[in-house]
Amino acid sequence: MSTHLSTEQLLHAYQVMRTIRAFEERLHVEFATGEIPGFVHLYAGEEASAAGVMAHLRDSDCIASNHRGHGHCIAKGVDVYGMMAEIYGKKTGVCGGKGGSMHIADLEKGMLGANGIVGAGAPLVAGAALAAKLKGTDDVAVVFFGDGGSNEGAVFEAMNLASIMNLPCIFVAENNGYAEATASNWSVACDHIADRAAGFGMPGVTIDGYDFFAVYEAAGAAIARARSGQGPSLVEVKLTRYYGHFEGDAQTYRAPDEVKNLRETRDCLMQFRERTLRAGLLSAEQLDQIDGQVEDLIEDSVRRAKSDPKPEAADLLSDVYVSYP
Amino acid sequence: MARKITYQQAINEALAQEMRRDTSVFIIGEDVAGGAGAPGAEDAWGGVLGVTKGLYPQFPGRVLDAPLSEIGYVGAAVGAATQGLRPVCELMFVDFAGCCLDQILNQAAKFRYMFGGKAVTPLVMRTMVGAGLRAAAQHSQMLTSLWTHIPGLKVVCPSSPYDAKGLLIQAIRDNDPVIFCEHKLLYSMQGEVPEELYTVPFGEANYLRDGDDITLVTYGRMVHLAMDAAASLARQGIDCEVLDLRTTSPLDEDSILESVEKTGRLVVIDEANPRCSMATDISALVAQKAFAALKGPIEMVTAPHTPVPFSDALEDLYIPTAAKIEAAVHKVMAGRNAA
Amino acid sequence: MSQIHTLTMPKWGLSMTEGRVDAWLVEEGAQINKGDEVLDVETDKISSSVEAPFSGVLRRQIAKPDETLPVGALLAVVVEGEASDADIDQVVQRFQAEFIPGGDGEQDSGPTPQKIDLDGRTLRYFELGQGGTPLVLVHGFGGDLNNWLFNHPSLAAKRRVIALDLPGHGESGKTLQRGDLDELSQTVLALLDHLDIERVHLAGHSMGGAVALNLARLAPSRVHSLSLLASAGLGRDINADYLLGFVEAGNRNALKPQLVQLFSDPGLVTRQMLEDMLKFKRLEGVDSALRQLAQMICENGQQRHDLRAVVEQHPSLLLWGAEDAIIPATHVDGLPAQVKVLPGQGHMLQMEAAEEVNQCLLAFLQSVEQSGR
Repeated sequence: MSTHLSTEQLLHAYQVMRTIRAFEERLHVEFATGEIPGFVHLYAGEEASAAGVMAHLRDSDCIASNHRGHGHCIAKGVDVYGMMAEIYGKKTGVCGGKGGSMHIADLEKGMLGANGIVGAGAPLVAGAALAAKLKGTDDVAVVFFGDGGSNEGAVFEAMNLASIMNLPCIFVAENNGYAEATASNWSVACDHIADRAAGFGMPGVTIDGYDFFAVYEAAGAAIARARSGQGPSLVEVKLTRYYGHFEGDAQTYRAPDEVKNLRETRDCLMQFRERTLRAGLLSAEQLDQIDGQVEDLIEDSVRRAKSDPKPEAADLLSDVYVSYP
Repeated sequence: MARKITYQQAINEALAQEMRRDTSVFIIGEDVAGGAGAPGAEDAWGGVLGVTKGLYPQFPGRVLDAPLSEIGYVGAAVGAATQGLRPVCELMFVDFAGCCLDQILNQAAKFRYMFGGKAVTPLVMRTMVGAGLRAAAQHSQMLTSLWTHIPGLKVVCPSSPYDAKGLLIQAIRDNDPVIFCEHKLLYSMQGEVPEELYTVPFGEANYLRDGDDITLVTYGRMVHLAMDAAASLARQGIDCEVLDLRTTSPLDEDSILESVEKTGRLVVIDEANPRCSMATDISALVAQKAFAALKGPIEMVTAPHTPVPFSDALEDLYIPTAAKIEAAVHKVMAGRNAA
Repeated sequence: MSQIHTLTMPKWGLSMTEGRVDAWLVEEGAQINKGDEVLDVETDKISSSVEAPFSGVLRRQIAKPDETLPVGALLAVVVEGEASDADIDQVVQRFQAEFIPGGDGEQDSGPTPQKIDLDGRTLRYFELGQGGTPLVLVHGFGGDLNNWLFNHPSLAAKRRVIALDLPGHGESGKTLQRGDLDELSQTVLALLDHLDIERVHLAGHSMGGAVALNLARLAPSRVHSLSLLASAGLGRDINADYLLGFVEAGNRNALKPQLVQLFSDPGLVTRQMLEDMLKFKRLEGVDSALRQLAQMICENGQQRHDLRAVVEQHPSLLLWGAEDAIIPATHVDGLPAQVKVLPGQGHMLQMEAAEEVNQCLLAFLQSVEQSGR
């Protein structure tokens, strides 16, 4: 295989995907202990999408995510320990323990928030893209939504608005086959979510989300198009989630061995490792070294998050307004 | 004498002056210029009732017609507000909030808290409120208490041209999301408005009339009915204090309580439906914090618990009147001599 | 010979449209003399007494206490000589039938303030009357030409009288260039040039007194006389806490304790007065102008400018309230001028003791002109 990615970029992409995987698998274990409040939606299995898109973005580009947002946050550069502490509901979390798993945000990193409302991020990034346009920068804005989100009116309205205003906006539909327990091949009326792009006068492509390089190429084209003032695109990334809709979901709606088969044959990390090694782009030592660093990072993050203090009573009332007489 | 302009002109002037002062301010909404993409005149409408008329030619590229797509453009305004701009988005009628409530309720209002105090969302949503135009149930509501109920939002209800300009400039400069409720029947009201820029602070109620016998608390268009009632009651020897809240969030609790501590009597007037309204909220506040001062029951003058009707015969019955306010005052004052 | 006079609701200042009758000070049937206070009226701006413009017997109190009436409405009937009740009834009936509220207000084509551009800055001034050597009224810190609302018409009975809004005040431009006393005095001079007036009587209140003194220092030939009311520039003492508190106050509750210090009757500081003052303070540019001027007036708790030496250069009148809480009346001591200290009065004596101040000013101006200086 050939790629124009530098060694450094390849290592970074691997590190992002490995970090997401390790983060989510550790949460899967820790959640079962009952120590994590609320609920979490894990991104494991979908890593190539976040890593492939974010490889083209800088801090001043803005993204909005959804309830399954850990991967997007990590790939956009949000602090991993701060995320872990947030998920544990600690004062040291990136949102001070007030947001939790579904609301991790870091505006300085261009992360406009995971979002508990399906499809809600789409109009927000249209606005971020509008802001970039009004400010005269070449920043772009990207929204990630799922096959479930692809049926939300908010997404349709945002796509129409982005198209008529020619906004530097990319709509990434991560189609993992299920909206909660409902299959997308039942709930989405067209064959491909990407087909909907035509209705909004923008290009749409469907790509293999297990393949980092495919995502990287397709997202790169859409982002370059937006950055150069040619308007929005829709990129449908087909992939799977390895865990349930949320932790504790027994996934009885899925076929037996469905996940097992995909993991063994299509896993994005496995493919990335095999292909970069085979092409002689990276060495096993380099990748193993990252695996070790990631393991340490996650271990350290969990350890600190567990021992960190919880928010105090006074924190309940702060941060509602910038100012309120 | 200071210059007199209308409520509508005051809003237009505030927008123009702030857009001139601060290039991060822009306007987005349905027909805010009007005629985008159409073969006729640019800036054909300037808003459905012409409030933003004339701004498009002055600020090309910063007065953006949106498609009829409230989720899309209101959400975009929220998103732009997080990116250092100061959008003024217009929701033509507050009743259309049903289309885009999520963008306000779950997004703009929540960001700062949810994101641990790091987000700043300086959004202004201008919206037309109130009954009286025979516009029926889906174009006439108040919904003030709906917004006021939501932590993270500020809610502004100007009752005069002076307040409209000063409160709108404050809203634009404010770093929190603000719902700016313009009563459609006040657009043609004339009043003295300074030509200079000025801000009217949030959370400071305005005493429009000092009085010793009873406190009338209200906001928006009802302020004028309360003043009419107070003038009539003065001729009957009842001295009303009239308090215009200006903003329902933040709410000037201190002024309400200070006034009731003095008069011992309260009538709250609210054009909105009565259940869970500003009227009940303020009544509860006074009952809780100034109970000992009360010399009589608290009365509320509100619309009935119905949608806004269409027929003029019914709408006139729906909207509170000065006569109803007077009657409520008499009811509260009934025990005056006995007490 | 008898004459039936109608006493009507006065129009005080520019924006008054109605007034509320507070209390009658004279019983029906009592004899009143021209200039007597007949009743108290409260407007949305301020309370004051209505003075009788004629002498006679107060035969009929038409307005009732607590009643709010438009400007021009009938308050009372005063009869000089004899008149029957029937005659009075007829006058009242005719008046009420012909009276149109607001007829004297909105549609009034009478004098209104002017706005001009002076060196790129708006300046508002208000002229009343004609004849004689013109009198210019200069308000104090945080004030405007309405500070003279109870004086301006009386003083203008036989004379051209011009009140202005200093830069940073009222409806004049709010941006100061240097923010020093010379800038303010030169603005007054520029107005005189604009109006083609060579020489004037100057009256200044508080900071306006210092502006007048300084103008007399800069351009002595332009000044015929100086009337200085509770004037700055005549001593070191000043209530610096007031200045600071006034500048800092951003809401009703913070402003009230400041404004109360200006008046001998704290009841005059109504919520409406506070709201009007806040309206001024909210205007863009006012805050920084006031801060600049406060620093100009006062340094380390003391006045910066000593203009006592100017007083002897011109015929001068010093008027002060004995209870002035901003600048003490002791500043009159040792000055070669006609001096009147009004017992019980505070800093805003021209508003609270309007009649007495007006009489003093008119008498002073007359004496100056008669002495031929």
